[in-house]
Amino acid sequence: MRRLMLAALAAILLAPATARAGTYDLTIGTAAINVAGKDQTAMTINGSIPGPVLRFKEGEDLVINVTNTLAEDTSIHWHGLILPYQQDGVPGISFPGIKPGETFTYRFPAQQAGTYWYHSHSGMQEAVGMYGALVIEPKAREPFRYDREHVIVLSDWHPDDSPHKILSNLKMSADYYNYQKRTLSTFVDDAGKMGLGAALADRMDWGDMRMLPSDIADVSGYVFLANGRNTEQNWTGLFKPGERVRLRFINAAAMTFFDVRIPGLKMTVVQADGNNVRPVPVDEFRIAVAETYDVIVRPTEDKAYAVLAESMARTGFARATLAPRMGMAGDIPANRPKQYLTMADMGMAHGDMAGMAGMDHGTMGQGATHTMPDGSTMAGTRHEGQGMTHAMPDGTTMKGESHAGHSMPAQPTHTMPDGATMAGMDHSAHGAPASGDKADPFYAPGSGLMPKAAEGGKFLSYADLKAIKPLYPDRPAAREIEVRLTGNMERYVWSINGVKYSDAEPIRLKFGERVRFKFVNETMMTHPMHLHGMWQILDNGSGKYNPAKHTISIAPGKTVEADIEADAEGEWAFHCHLMYHMATGMFRKVVVERETAEAVR
Amino acid sequence: MKNFILMIAGGLAVSMTAFSPGGANAAGMDDDIYWHVQADQAEYRIGDGADVLAWQGNAWIGNDDHRLAFKTEGENPIGKRLEKAEFQFLYRKPISDFFDVNAGIRHDLRPDPDRTYGVIGIQGLAKQFVETDANLFVSETGDVSARFEAEVDWLITQRLVLQPLVEVDLAFSEDRRIHSGAGINTVEAGLRLKYEIRREFAPYIGLHYERKFGATANFARDEGEDTDALRFVAGVSFWF
Ligand SMILES: [Cu+2]
Repeated sequence: MRRLMLAALAAILLAPATARAGTYDLTIGTAAINVAGKDQTAMTINGSIPGPVLRFKEGEDLVINVTNTLAEDTSIHWHGLILPYQQDGVPGISFPGIKPGETFTYRFPAQQAGTYWYHSHSGMQEAVGMYGALVIEPKAREPFRYDREHVIVLSDWHPDDSPHKILSNLKMSADYYNYQKRTLSTFVDDAGKMGLGAALADRMDWGDMRMLPSDIADVSGYVFLANGRNTEQNWTGLFKPGERVRLRFINAAAMTFFDVRIPGLKMTVVQADGNNVRPVPVDEFRIAVAETYDVIVRPTEDKAYAVLAESMARTGFARATLAPRMGMAGDIPANRPKQYLTMADMGMAHGDMAGMAGMDHGTMGQGATHTMPDGSTMAGTRHEGQGMTHAMPDGTTMKGESHAGHSMPAQPTHTMPDGATMAGMDHSAHGAPASGDKADPFYAPGSGLMPKAAEGGKFLSYADLKAIKPLYPDRPAAREIEVRLTGNMERYVWSINGVKYSDAEPIRLKFGERVRFKFVNETMMTHPMHLHGMWQILDNGSGKYNPAKHTISIAPGKTVEADIEADAEGEWAFHCHLMYHMATGMFRKVVVERETAEAVR
Repeated sequence: MKNFILMIAGGLAVSMTAFSPGGANAAGMDDDIYWHVQADQAEYRIGDGADVLAWQGNAWIGNDDHRLAFKTEGENPIGKRLEKAEFQFLYRKPISDFFDVNAGIRHDLRPDPDRTYGVIGIQGLAKQFVETDANLFVSETGDVSARFEAEVDWLITQRLVLQPLVEVDLAFSEDRRIHSGAGINTVEAGLRLKYEIRREFAPYIGLHYERKFGATANFARDEGEDTDALRFVAGVSFWF
């Protein structure tokens, strides 16, 4: 007995010599959820949406047993993790998938730390609940401090249509879900603002392209969730006033980009896609589908703070609450006015918005008309009488505008495209634009999607992300691969370089080479492009401090470049992370292969 | 002529084999087969002449590259025998971002005697969101005719849609037995006001005007029929 105990003790003491393993058992099944006023069936991991938060330590082995109790194949992909490709979980590329009744064991070492997530890569199961957070604690001390943390998984749930039905509807009619189209009344409004001729010309411009400026999200009708709860169910994370709270945001939505803010709190962004970045204090940030951002907040008051994730199409919020006690709720404001795409987003800007910089309102008489560089977005600004009125299709297009010499009334009113007014908008930034109010270089100048903080202040840009510790030494890429993001909106076919996945050859990279992906977005949608197994080092002008990301979002009409160190042999998926773009072909296989002896010789 | 029709039927059969089943793999369904059935018009017309039940519908099945399509339209005057009943079976393939080519056969049960045609046409979304469909028909008797249709949706609100449409039928030779002259035979114009209760279901009211020209008009006069008719319509369009 004593010998046995000694042996056991020895085993325990010796254990750290071999890699420790963090083990989880995950069961894929179905469960009823109620986020839209009725019980509906979701596909779940361990019975909940989202699945459990999986926590590991850097350096240990991840051992995850996934059992499939569904009647169809399934899989789990570890989003953002560096791993052997056979463990990556993409059926048809990494492995055959997990058959009904089967258990598949994933096993690989945790070579990194940070906030990541996992989701099904089969069918469209991810869109009906199969996702969860994955957190790896670092070995070394982190370059920031916090007292407690919460994971906030954002997602979207469609209460009316299954993913297959959504896709079928989009194939039948690509604008099936668009109830924000321009109508007779918006035409009358536009004609009133711009004049009949300009309004007509604008309609004709869009009509020529057979596209809709309101096509910001392909799918509407979603209920937005924070940690699986809708706004009323109000997921709440606790804090003690004065504590530093780390929030690990993950966008696990099928189709929804979120603009995240916490009214009353400055957020300091410390990590993007799992990699530490130089801290950036912001008031709001946009999280593309599949991205993660870690922020630190310091709520000092004994009150509830609303964590608001507003959909980019301005159709609703995912709301969570940070509170000192359970049962409290932060307020939900009204949605911001709808955003509309501009000709700039079509890559067809008639001029650069820089031309607006010298716009001088001081010289304007009553009822004067501005013709903007982009005639379609802002022709006919009226400045009448006391309550100065800006008729702006989009509040964000007027950055850098000079109001010098213009006496501002106390309550200026902005008339937005839908006629809603925004009284009391802060004009303090107009005379001398604050640093937070600059145009984001990752959007086309004059873009209707240009983000702007709801309550003023700083909106995070990709340009702000600077790696603290670059993962790779900086070196020039050996070659450039053009990745044109293409699609046919009318037929609802999405593609890369004009070819959809099933018709395409893989992208082949040589093991050890550094290549540059040049993303050229030729569509009017924003595409979050995700590469499995390797980092995409986003060129945001920070040189050797360019941040490494697993998902890079490319706005309409923009070209964005990123380097890839091809250090992971095998076959990898590379795709747009919008569910229905991926499913209709905006997807490639990337093969990383060693040069054969012949090729070397 | 029969050979031509056989050739098209053969083409249809070959195109069927080009379908490949979709799989639930990594990229999901980028080659999946979809299908839809749509009734553009199912309506009752009342006004000049006899009341008429009229329909126009279509269906398709296929993937992005190859589709089989079915079209039908017809008119049944109340209390009289079926006046017009047309069916088309087509193979459809994209030829540009916004246009498809259709090829196949058309069979008219009415007018009497029935006629079979070979069809070739182009259909798609023209600039300013005008839905167009242009077809050339070659009948079993060797007569060549053509039809051009255009319609557009003007949104009054997100769900209330005004839909003007126009259809022109013309023939390059006379086919006396089916009362078809040479030249422009008929022009139809419609204006329908739809309310989309759902995208898939929209009741509507509107006006339908039809006018016959030339020899076709003479044939109609000989039969004691009107050469033009303006009717009020009420109906429903739906798809699934
Ligand atoms: Cu996309």
